[in-house]
Amino acid sequence: MASNEQTPVLEVKGLQTSFFTPDGEVKAVDGVDFSVNSNETLGIVGESGSGKSITSLSVMRLIQHPGKIVGGTIELSGEDLLKKSKQQFAKYRGNRLSMIFQEPMTSLNPVFTVGSQIAEAVRIHKKLDKKAAWQEAVNMLKLVGIPAPEDRAKRYPHELSGGMRQRVMIAIALSCDPELLIADEPTTALDVTIQAQILELIKELQEKSGMAVLMITHDLGVIAETADKVVVMYAGEVVEQADVKTLFKQPLHPYTQGLMNAIPRHDIDLDELEMIPGTVPTPQNMPSGCRFAERCPYARDLCVEKHPELATPSNNVDEAVTTGQTRCWIYTDEWDGPNPTKGVATNQ
Amino acid sequence: MTTPLFEAKNLQKYFPVKGGILNRTQAQVKAVDDVSFAINPGETLSIVGESGCGKSTTGRAILRLDDPTDGEILFEGQNLMELSKSDLRQKRKEMQIIFQDPYASLNPRQKVKQILDEAMAIQGVVSKAKRPERIRELMEVVGLRPEQAERYPFQFSGGQRQRIGIARALSVDPKLIVCDEAVSALDVSTQAQVLNLLKKLQKDLDLTYLFISHDLGVVRHISDRVIVMYLGKIVEIADKKDLFDSPRHPYTRALLSAIPIPDPSKSRERIVLQGDVPSPMNPPAGCRFHTRCPFATDICKTEEPELRSTTFMNETHKAACHHIEKIAETEKTSIV
Ligand SMILES: Nc1ncnc2c1ncn2[C@@H]1O[C@H](COP(=O)(O)OP(=O)(O)OP(=O)(O)O)[C@@H](O)[C@H]1O
Ligand SMILES: Nc1ncnc2c1ncn2[C@@H]1O[C@H](COP(=O)(O)OP(=O)(O)OP(=O)(O)O)[C@@H](O)[C@H]1O
Ligand code: SF4
Ligand code: SF4
Ligand SMILES: [Mg+2]
Ligand SMILES: [Mg+2]
Repeated sequence: MASNEQTPVLEVKGLQTSFFTPDGEVKAVDGVDFSVNSNETLGIVGESGSGKSITSLSVMRLIQHPGKIVGGTIELSGEDLLKKSKQQFAKYRGNRLSMIFQEPMTSLNPVFTVGSQIAEAVRIHKKLDKKAAWQEAVNMLKLVGIPAPEDRAKRYPHELSGGMRQRVMIAIALSCDPELLIADEPTTALDVTIQAQILELIKELQEKSGMAVLMITHDLGVIAETADKVVVMYAGEVVEQADVKTLFKQPLHPYTQGLMNAIPRHDIDLDELEMIPGTVPTPQNMPSGCRFAERCPYARDLCVEKHPELATPSNNVDEAVTTGQTRCWIYTDEWDGPNPTKGVATNQ
Repeated sequence: MTTPLFEAKNLQKYFPVKGGILNRTQAQVKAVDDVSFAINPGETLSIVGESGCGKSTTGRAILRLDDPTDGEILFEGQNLMELSKSDLRQKRKEMQIIFQDPYASLNPRQKVKQILDEAMAIQGVVSKAKRPERIRELMEVVGLRPEQAERYPFQFSGGQRQRIGIARALSVDPKLIVCDEAVSALDVSTQAQVLNLLKKLQKDLDLTYLFISHDLGVVRHISDRVIVMYLGKIVEIADKKDLFDSPRHPYTRALLSAIPIPDPSKSRERIVLQGDVPSPMNPPAGCRFHTRCPFATDICKTEEPELRSTTFMNETHKAACHHIEKIAETEKTSIV
């Protein structure tokens, strides 16, 4: 368990990233806070469009026009990344922090062999000569569990299966011993038996190197099996944050509860899936109060009128579960009456 | 014994791989290879398995959207392979399909009411005068507002578009609906809406589903019986309960153990399969799973296992493995 005194590897505070479109400003990420320590995995979960990828791309400073980081700080082991010049930051990217994406084919170069692509990354970051870099590339392929690595190093991306390509991406991302690995839906495009291999691999490599991992996914199952701490995002905001056991045992936010009861599970029978009515609000019609209000069964006037803050619950919750934070009026002193979500059993 | 609504017998679908200077057939992709199953009226039979195992090809072949290379497909006892194109078109109204990507299957330049009207016109099931009323009804059945029929597909969310796909399938009063990854592209909250809708419609309209999905959670929720496919073959078929509670085929067991469970307090033994799925162009001899199977022996490399049941299995439960008994035995000793 991580102690609080430790300087986090990554600390994000009040991050705001917007897209300036002809229809106006789209606040894709709107005041997001979280931190990750070394040897720890933070899961970010949320439905499509909730701002997970924009959050991770902001950390990598890969937001493209018309997008822009408009507020907040991002610290890597105490250094403010947003204050670095482009040149300074370029030295960090792929060195102190690395990222793997959902579709490895789009981030691998189709005209170079996978070995030469890993070797290139190694040569830049470890200042090795060509021959040593190639040898290191072969070692990395072996480390990520690719059979016959000498031969595979000479192959082009399209000659490998999806699972192997993702292993190559991991090899490139890890070739520089990053302090932080960001994995954005690393297994979403893969079959479950291959997903199991890749998640196992990331865990193993983390145990060896002690790197911090930011695991981004829409799959609560992947979160439960890989993360130590979890951030739940909804419409560009963090709506709940807790350690993984607490979150699954006692989700507080009505959205988190709804999400957990909506997943059909292969390990237990459920009579009916809970439906969260409606859909995520569009940036053009973002409610000024609680962003979940129009889908929330417990919404009151207060919720529609005032925007709740992400805070440690001070009302309507057992003492025992105040380790996390949530963004819902029910858990504040402004809420009159009992917790309406009590008795809403989750699937656990 | 109920008479099945639908039956596939020794269904086969090979795709030729052409190449070379003369563009001759150089190999065959054995996408579906000797697959037999029956669907009873009112039930949901699911097909699960990993990418490329032949799920969609099976779904398309039984509707003759792609003609099978061999085998029989019987709908209410009639062999569809023997029907002429025009007779087949008539039969199609009994058997509809819903796809994964509702957007790709809806004409973007048509309003929803035109999409539904056209579907009914093609099948000639509802007279022109009665169609507007039927459209209103369909919109309500799938949980949309009738006035939304005036909109274009792009004006709907993903979940709503899937409802339109369902409305279109329902417009011709089918008996059987093939749902090919019908909820796979949806977010969980929306997915739950559509799954609950499919279940309700089945009850209300007495529908039969062939439900194709790679998501075993979804399959457990919706199915009565389940087929597991691997490389073009059925490796296991069983009632839902038997399949999820006592899977017999090593592949089914590995598949089930590979799925992350959204409950961090549950720890379990995971069977991590080595290697990748082999190419269906050149499937392994004997048992097609032997290259990845932790229980494989010599016989597995040469002899193809039959789908079979054994003393401790329900008779509706069948698995294609030489070593069902031996594996059950090791299980008894290893699991406390
Ligand atoms: N180039 C862009 N222009 C305008 N809006 C954008 C742009 N890129 C992203 N957005 C918006 O930012 C929001 C967050 O998107 P993001 O990609 O972070 O979602 P996500 O949580 O990663 O979703 P998914 O699960 O689908 O990957 C979305 O509402 C999206 O529409
Ligand atoms: N038109 C075609 N020509 C050649 N090969 C094909 C064709 N259609 C499918 N195949 C091959 O047949 C096999 C089975 O494909 P199919 O689409 O049925 O798989 P699936 O189980 O539906 O997979 P997924 O989960 O990815 O949808 C695959 O190897 C595929 O590449
Ligand atoms: S603040 Fe109100 S509307 Fe928002 S989640 Fe809490 S109860 Fe629901
Ligand atoms: S027949 Fe042999 S290889 Fe095939 S599943 Fe059974 S034990 Fe494994
Ligand atoms: Mg994303
Ligand atoms: Mg398919």
